[in-house]
Amino acid sequence: MPNVIFRDGSIRQDNWVVVPRPTEGDSLDIPDDEPALIPADLWLAGYEHFTGREDIGVWFDSHDEPEILGGRVNEVPVIAVNFPKFSDGRGYSIARLLRERFGYVNELRAVGDVLLDQLQFMKRCGFDAYVLRADKDITKAERCLNFFSQGYQAATDTDIPLFRRRAS
Amino acid sequence: MYVYDEHDRQLAAERVAQFRDQTERALAGELAEDEFLPLRLQNGLYVQRLAPMLRICVPYGMMRSDQLRRLARITRDYDKGYAHFTTRQNVQLNWPALEDVPDILAELAEVEMHANQTSGNCIRNTTTDQFSGVQSDEIADPRPYCEIIRQWSTFHPEFAFLPRKFKVAVNASEHTDRAAIQVHDIGLQMVRNEAGELGFRVHVGGGLGRTPMVGPVIREFLPELDLLTYLEAVLRVYNRYGRRDNKFKARIKILVKALTPEGFAQKVEAEWDHIKDSPTRLTREAVERIQGYFTEPDYATLENATDLLATQRFEHRGFDQWLIHNVDTHKKPGYAIVNLTMKKTGTPPGDVTDRQLEQIADLADEYSFGEIRVTHHQNVVLADVRQDQLLELWQAITPMGFGTANLNTLTDVICCPGGDFCALANAKSIPVAEAIQRKFDDLDYLYDLGNIDLNISGCMNACGHHHVGNIGVLGVDKKGEEFYQISLGGSSHHDASIGKILGPSFARNEMPEVIAKIIDVFVDKRTEEETFLDTYRRVGIDPFKERVYA
Repeated sequence: MPNVIFRDGSIRQDNWVVVPRPTEGDSLDIPDDEPALIPADLWLAGYEHFTGREDIGVWFDSHDEPEILGGRVNEVPVIAVNFPKFSDGRGYSIARLLRERFGYVNELRAVGDVLLDQLQFMKRCGFDAYVLRADKDITKAERCLNFFSQGYQAATDTDIPLFRRRAS
Repeated sequence: MYVYDEHDRQLAAERVAQFRDQTERALAGELAEDEFLPLRLQNGLYVQRLAPMLRICVPYGMMRSDQLRRLARITRDYDKGYAHFTTRQNVQLNWPALEDVPDILAELAEVEMHANQTSGNCIRNTTTDQFSGVQSDEIADPRPYCEIIRQWSTFHPEFAFLPRKFKVAVNASEHTDRAAIQVHDIGLQMVRNEAGELGFRVHVGGGLGRTPMVGPVIREFLPELDLLTYLEAVLRVYNRYGRRDNKFKARIKILVKALTPEGFAQKVEAEWDHIKDSPTRLTREAVERIQGYFTEPDYATLENATDLLATQRFEHRGFDQWLIHNVDTHKKPGYAIVNLTMKKTGTPPGDVTDRQLEQIADLADEYSFGEIRVTHHQNVVLADVRQDQLLELWQAITPMGFGTANLNTLTDVICCPGGDFCALANAKSIPVAEAIQRKFDDLDYLYDLGNIDLNISGCMNACGHHHVGNIGVLGVDKKGEEFYQISLGGSSHHDASIGKILGPSFARNEMPEVIAKIIDVFVDKRTEEETFLDTYRRVGIDPFKERVYA
């Protein structure tokens, strides 16, 4: 079971499983007894079956378009965004779009090549749960989430940029 | 000049603490080299051929004298007593030790300096015209907007891992472009619309490197207060759709070309529609607050010192030449803009010793309200010098080596550190610059040749901006040997163009002679009024080819 860090720095275990995209011809292999994150387009393809289920969430890869889910974002309990490589920054834009454009309010989880020094950016872009890569020291996560007490810009965590805070 | 408030100071201190922590984890083996790489790059730290190199940010090229003195001290305490002014208005140290870098950053933070985002695949230092605020043909002072962009781009959480580096430049002069904005990822030209409102013409997708391109206009008029939301839209489109599969095709120019400028502009506009009225939209009050840091210094009410200068010029011929070439017109009567050249033959272009940094600081305090600007030509500007003090200043700087009256001439070379220092370089660049400077050591001849941009890069990455040199030199590696390819006709100004390759490359020892032949063709073909670039554009590349490869 993976350790999951939450934006307040707490660490919990849970059993959400990221179900990989099936290879062509295969069907989606959803576990019977564990909650599962499935590719977002496949969730849409099986919309009637999946919508409203508390044990089925979706995941986006970094090249996926969050627009496909659009107004249905809040019909899933968890959305994960995969970072295939920590240096692939597309996931940050995906997160902000889900939160700020489509109004997603449930859990947004970073999965994949999630390292300590990227947590601060993930937090600001609206991720609230992080599955740290297994070889990284999870006890350092809270510190890395909180190196900065504020940011210059508006992002998901605050819609008031520093120039507006200074003015008030 | 901008002064930190408690927010800036706190963020700067937190950044130093963060990098100290990251460095400790890297040294303890908790961060793999490829994991530490973007973290150190975004703090300016390269690992180079001989030692690490630290690139310190000079926001839009402006520094105070206390900052120069701190830099001098840092070069003494942590380096070999010299520093290098770069082609993007920054400062580099060539020999710091990796484990000292957090301490260096802490020393910089004490004087409101940093090395944030001077490298890495993120938004880099925003650059502008070194004459901002003191020239008369300016639409508005661009520096407040540069500072606004600096703050917005600093630690931007969405854009810290872009496909590739990203450079923004702002120009405000109507007639000249000293910031080379059309060869930047985003070039912002300040303009007024028909209603007289202030805004920006937005170029996107210019750049040098492997695929040099002049940036097309993607928006003719962007209202001033929409600056940040629009930049955010451009960056978001790039972050999502820029290529990440091939480093050499990852700059935004490749995306703009693939989508066409019109297609790219449509995508940006569609994105911008969603966010243009978000709280990131600037307020008049916020702009005015930043503008308040860039007010005029306490100028004296003076007349132009025309008669005095005329007498002094008559008495000192060298002073006369220096005034013509290295001194520019100031918007205030009785003041002048002075260019200190860092191009003394025998010294790598842009290099300064710790003592020289202190001398520049003293000069700034004595003659120019304690401020200086670094230029993308790797020179230094004292922007506010009284005309009646020019002679005294000239006499002071001549023994310091800053008075070489070769500004904008052939020997005012732009040159990257090259193979002497840089791990990326294919060839050395500094010795080529020096050999050419030695060949053309007659100032009168240089003046007769007029303005010629000679730009030298040691590799394809084009830190020496060779594509936009009137004469560009690119170091190439052929089977382990250093060769140099020449291009002609580039320009980084309003009439921006990418130079055309002359032909097969040359060995290093051939270079001064080859440049001399190119200059001979120009001298033969030019009409009285023509600059090198004018002549080249009129006669084309063939006459040069024929002479050089005869």
